Amino acid sequence: MDTKEYKVSKPISDKIFGIFVVVFLALFVAITLYPVINTVALSFNDGIDAVRGGIYLWPRKFSMKNYRTVFAMQNIWTGAKVTVGRTVLATLTSLFANALLAFVVSRKRFLFKSQLSLFWVITMYVNGGMIPVFLLYKNLGLTGTFHVYWVPGMISAFNMLVMRTYMEGIPESLEESAQLDGAGYFTIFKDIISPLCKPVYATVALFIAVWQWNSWFDAMLYNRMKTEYTTLQYELMKLLSSVMQQSGSAENAKNGAATITPITIRAAVTVATMLPIVCLYPFLQRYFVTGLTIGGVKE
Amino acid sequence: MARVKTENNKKVQITWKEMKKQSFLMIISFFMVVYGIIFYYWPLTGWLMAFQNYKPKKGLLGSKFVGLDKFKFLFEDAVFIKVIRNTFAMGVINLVTTTIMAVLFAIILNEVRRAWIKKPIQTISYLPHFLSWIVVTGILHVSLSPTGIVNDVLMRMGVIKQAINFFAHPKYFWWIVAFANCWKETGFNAIIYFAAITGIDPSLYEAASIDGADRLQKIRYITLPGIKPTFLILLLINVGNVLNAGFEVQYLLGNGLVQSVSQTIDIYVLKWGISQNDYSLGTAAGLFKSAVSILLIFIANAIAKRYSEERLF
Repeated sequence: MDTKEYKVSKPISDKIFGIFVVVFLALFVAITLYPVINTVALSFNDGIDAVRGGIYLWPRKFSMKNYRTVFAMQNIWTGAKVTVGRTVLATLTSLFANALLAFVVSRKRFLFKSQLSLFWVITMYVNGGMIPVFLLYKNLGLTGTFHVYWVPGMISAFNMLVMRTYMEGIPESLEESAQLDGAGYFTIFKDIISPLCKPVYATVALFIAVWQWNSWFDAMLYNRMKTEYTTLQYELMKLLSSVMQQSGSAENAKNGAATITPITIRAAVTVATMLPIVCLYPFLQRYFVTGLTIGGVKE
Repeated sequence: MARVKTENNKKVQITWKEMKKQSFLMIISFFMVVYGIIFYYWPLTGWLMAFQNYKPKKGLLGSKFVGLDKFKFLFEDAVFIKVIRNTFAMGVINLVTTTIMAVLFAIILNEVRRAWIKKPIQTISYLPHFLSWIVVTGILHVSLSPTGIVNDVLMRMGVIKQAINFFAHPKYFWWIVAFANCWKETGFNAIIYFAAITGIDPSLYEAASIDGADRLQKIRYITLPGIKPTFLILLLINVGNVLNAGFEVQYLLGNGLVQSVSQTIDIYVLKWGISQNDYSLGTAAGLFKSAVSILLIFIANAIAKRYSEERLF
């Protein structure tokens, strides 16, 4: 796409456009980053000093007190433990289940492959909705347990389709030659397909992990009474909502919305919940970009 | 999704030998179907509740059928009519604004030739996607508060004289939600468009340069037509999701003052179904949403089929 060599001189319209590009991108980066940096700055600022306002990119009166307060909160530790637990467990089980299903429906010789595909694609468009699902989990005894976080969502048609598309791109001859050597389908899955699918596995694992890490609604809906199964995001939500004054939901009245947490403490909890993912995603960028473009475009 | 049924190039003979060979695949399929029936298809039977006066003690079979009474109640409820309006309005506004932003960002970033500028901007653009809605709405509350950065900047620029409490006025709410969605997803949504632009034949640009086209003309006549198929496919997928476009943001950003514009169907379901224990009414509202969503997908698919070769199924 390099057009330099053909150009004699840049037309004036290109120069104006060039300025527009620079301004647009500068604004974009500023708007994206500022709120995040501001939150970090607040979290390191003295609580009483912050009330005066005027803290932008750097703390005015540096203090570690907010973090000390946050790390002394029992519910934050419980939430962190549950969140890490569900993220690890669900990522492993869900990745395995989706990969296995994608493997099965991408076998060209499999008798029921189109029926099985359709069976799962339908679930993307038709679902029972919040209430029937809530009642189902209740009847299965999943509500009020840790298992509600990883059992119901183990297979997702979307993730399966991303992996299926990738697996369909692997030459069939690999499978055939392995079969001639006497390999069964599980061996093919484990030793031939899976090693080649590392990029798409990484992509889907990242999707699942982020989804799990950021979940709060399931904790509120299914485990509200079970404080031992609370999640980090749900605890953050309770802290933040005390200021958001959601009179729209009865939820917050119950959570003791009367006590307002200082803005610096809230900032510190926010930073603590987003830190692991923010530190991790740049290294996985390569994977989710290729995974998305391979799975997504054809999807 | 593009093709649910893949044509079998080779006809597979259904023989015992083949069945035996595929037994592993069959066993896995069996468990996957059982799992799917339990967690995805069984809840569909719950739709019956929408036509009943459901009592948990009596169960699905023992509860009294009341026909369309629950739906009648819904459509006579002025709140629900507003809820439908809100859901549609926010869904459409979100779809339009996020699509425009993603396309715009992908095109503009593509104009940057230097990798050392392009790569970091891309990495930064993905960041908000990985933050939870709790974090995003929390940040938004701080930024848009009367003492927050937005009021600060607007007052310094002289656009406004007094700080505005953005969350107290219904007229701002839909646009705050749209902004929140754009802020969170622009970079991530642009990935697919960016890939589509990269896939355009570079010789087209070269030929245009020789013909004396400037950058804007190249975008207009090469880039935009080049990403049209991707654009249409994503539009098709998202049209079916228009009614799903609102739950977390509205739930977390809404408050008593803007309730008339912030409530969506999902919040209504949550309020009636879970908080008030009127399972039937909640299910009826949810069923209405599902039915409209499916209808939208079919309409969008039919329109796409008529005007271009892109379609979902």
